Amino acid sequence: MMAVSIGMSQSIEYCLVPAAETGVVPMSRSPASLDTSFSQTYDVTIGTIGDLRPSDILVPNPDGSSGSIHGDVSMPHRKDIALMAHLMRRAGFGAPHGELETRAAMGYEAVVEELLHPEEQPAIDEELLYRVFPGYEGAAGAPISQADWVYRMINTQRPLEEKMALFWHQLFATGNSKVDNPPELTRQIAMFREYGLGKFGDLLVELAKSPAMIFWLDNHGNHDGAINENWGRELLELFSLGVGNYSEDDIRDAARAFTGWTIAPKIPRNPLGRFYWNFEYKAEDHDEEEKTFLGHTGNLNGDDIIGIIVDQPASSRFLARHLYRFFVADEPQVSDWNITPPKDPEAIEELVDAYNESHGDIRFIMRVLFNSEFFKNSRFARVKSPAELIVGTVRIAGNYDGFRPGFNNLAIECAWQGQELLNPPSVESWHTGSEWIDAGGLLRRVNFASGTLGDISLPGVRAIINRVRDQAQAQGKLSPQALVATCLDSLGALEVSDSTTHIELLTHASVGGELAWNTPEEVSASEKKIGKILTLIAASRDYQFA
Amino acid sequence: MTTTRKDPVLVILQLTGANDYLNTIVPYADPLYWDNRPRVKIPEDLLQPIDDELAFRPDMEPLKKLYDNGKMAIIHGVGFANSPRSHFRAMDIWHTCEPDHVGVDGWLAKVIRDLDPTGENVLKGVNFGQGLPRAMTMRGVPVTSVTNLASYGVLSTARGITSEQERAQLLDSFSRMYAPAIGTGPTMDFLGQAGLSALKGADIIRSAPEKYSSTIEYAKNSIARSLRDVAQVHLAGLGTQVFYTSHGPFDTHFDQSGSHTKLWSEISEAVDDFFADLQEHDSGEEVVLMMFSEFGRRVRDNGTGTDHGAGGAAFLMGDRVNGGMYGTYPSLKPEHLTQGDLAPSYDFRGFYSTVIDKWLGLDPVPIVGGKFEELSFV
Repeated sequence: MMAVSIGMSQSIEYCLVPAAETGVVPMSRSPASLDTSFSQTYDVTIGTIGDLRPSDILVPNPDGSSGSIHGDVSMPHRKDIALMAHLMRRAGFGAPHGELETRAAMGYEAVVEELLHPEEQPAIDEELLYRVFPGYEGAAGAPISQADWVYRMINTQRPLEEKMALFWHQLFATGNSKVDNPPELTRQIAMFREYGLGKFGDLLVELAKSPAMIFWLDNHGNHDGAINENWGRELLELFSLGVGNYSEDDIRDAARAFTGWTIAPKIPRNPLGRFYWNFEYKAEDHDEEEKTFLGHTGNLNGDDIIGIIVDQPASSRFLARHLYRFFVADEPQVSDWNITPPKDPEAIEELVDAYNESHGDIRFIMRVLFNSEFFKNSRFARVKSPAELIVGTVRIAGNYDGFRPGFNNLAIECAWQGQELLNPPSVESWHTGSEWIDAGGLLRRVNFASGTLGDISLPGVRAIINRVRDQAQAQGKLSPQALVATCLDSLGALEVSDSTTHIELLTHASVGGELAWNTPEEVSASEKKIGKILTLIAASRDYQFA
Repeated sequence: MTTTRKDPVLVILQLTGANDYLNTIVPYADPLYWDNRPRVKIPEDLLQPIDDELAFRPDMEPLKKLYDNGKMAIIHGVGFANSPRSHFRAMDIWHTCEPDHVGVDGWLAKVIRDLDPTGENVLKGVNFGQGLPRAMTMRGVPVTSVTNLASYGVLSTARGITSEQERAQLLDSFSRMYAPAIGTGPTMDFLGQAGLSALKGADIIRSAPEKYSSTIEYAKNSIARSLRDVAQVHLAGLGTQVFYTSHGPFDTHFDQSGSHTKLWSEISEAVDDFFADLQEHDSGEEVVLMMFSEFGRRVRDNGTGTDHGAGGAAFLMGDRVNGGMYGTYPSLKPEHLTQGDLAPSYDFRGFYSTVIDKWLGLDPVPIVGGKFEELSFV
């Protein structure tokens, strides 16, 4: 009797019981496993699909013991691989199984260190990139700049650098709808790559100088004697302290301190197209009078304001909560934070302590985060954003490795699923968690992921097929359980949380008997069956989680 | 489903990208039009006059027929105060009826909720196009979004499916995988609902093309295809009362005359085909079609195109519409312009309120967020 653990956060223990030869659905059970509470508690009916007869069914493990979903395909380091899959999904955009094995062999903490030091890994070769895709440099349209970014998300050898860029983009949401200059937004993203693991204060100063941000929040219209508060307000409310931690007077004087932080005269877009903008500090337009900000009085300038901000307890808490929400587990929307406490206050405290200890050193905070128990215990506790779902899927399928056409299609797919990169809906950014999901968006997610991972011609899918084949040939045969387990395993050690989904997978895995590779017909049938299992897994609810 | 074929149906056609009002309904008798449009203008001999002041652009001829038959209302100067020149922000305001702060819930989602409070019919609102417009978005209001009616469906991209039976098996599995399960948490429950809504909607809507036959050959362009899809779903009697679709891009900063002509030719042909199709099926009285754009364009042209402006015309078409012109065309006099743009003369929420109240029979106040002047165009 093999015990399996199926669970997202809470595991329910089952054991697999071979069905009686004559069994029809629901299958008869061996006496030892007869447990009527199963059907009462979970109300599971085993799928009847045409005349399919699953050769095994799932029933709860009566002794409640835990075990591996692999049963007879036990792998010694499965736990390590599952944890590595988790780390790579969160600190990057996921990884195919081969990469996970390599990384797991390096050891978890060593991989965290490698991720934390992207500068030690090769960067994207931009010269080559822009020779292959000349349109990407100074891209004329938003989809091209989005494609440029998607290319990097998929092909980067610095996963955390790219993931941090997405984190900062979601936090410091700047949108092309108003900026209308995709290359300038791309430069902002490049700035996030460069400063995203440095000091929070340095990053905020760069943000304040980012021409896209200046234009987005109207700081070019913020003048000595005629202030525009937009940037000053959002800097405090949405980018650092959060509502309730400053007064309207603080906003006003912060805005005064940022007068003169503007964009150098722009080259008109017509007739030659868009040009980069440049930051300019205009001393003659800067308010040199005394200002008072959060109790500090003096002739404060913009960097003084940021210096005061980063020393506020509210800033460390605000950043901790954002990091938790993006990297650890879904949280309520930011607008509810002042009325909803964190899910895991102790985790937030750990991150706040890391912030204080390191004076806002993001690399230091991320090290604490990735090595924490709360992080390691947060597998599948977040709904994937569209970017994570799309990039994660094609990284496993391997169909966008290197230069090839179609990155713009991925970018557009991302927009259709509800996350148009470089164009968040407002400065409040996207709503995350279950708010990524609606019927239309889910349909796209399901069709994209299942259409990709069910395509047995793609290199990453072939690698999964080969893995299954090697297992089958090594063991002489492969049970439906082992087939399903290997497929789940190959998609980032995925787990299916409810027994219904697992039964559906097993039922399809049982069609037509054992997998075999002896004749061309058998090869074709085996590959098709594996494709179908991958299709269904990619279509599942569980696949929606990171 | 409680809906019958006779329930009022609203079709929204969004002109995405800011349609140039001045070159759509042309104030040809006003010398300021010719002064401000030295390059980007409609030649006078091509205009299709409505009266001695205003004229349709030439490619709107099929729509002019509708107008002449009393089936088209033109509502002038529609917009809102302090119109932002950002497409996104302006579109958001149209979609959420929140001009002063960023809104979340869409006005049509509220309409759909009020038409079907129990959310019984996932096809009460159907969008044709990529991605759901914010106007139809609201937590707890299921709507359906269709990219291509012919290939719409859950797992429609699945590979290696060789028979209908196999597809049916996969869909059966999908429905069981998304069925409510105890103890899996609110997000899983929510995902389950969304998945089953998608599946249910797809199942029903797939029947529409099979039931449909028509002698009307729609024009070969994307908006004509979308409106044919609307007609198919409407004629299938699935209880849909709100359809959404869009066409564009109307963002004609550069080389406007060519692209603007193409867009209006396509829309005019498509709308003409759509109403002809409804007539053929004796359904003309059940449907009104609304057209709007997020804002108009700068009064003065920029040499080859026009930049972002404010205010615009909205249109309502259908057998039950009281044709004619409503409101006043905003003045082009420099002293009446706001930073070079027209000053809107009619709040868009009044336009919505009229349709919500007089066509759909719902209370517009909670939907548009207040009481606004209603007109008599329907």
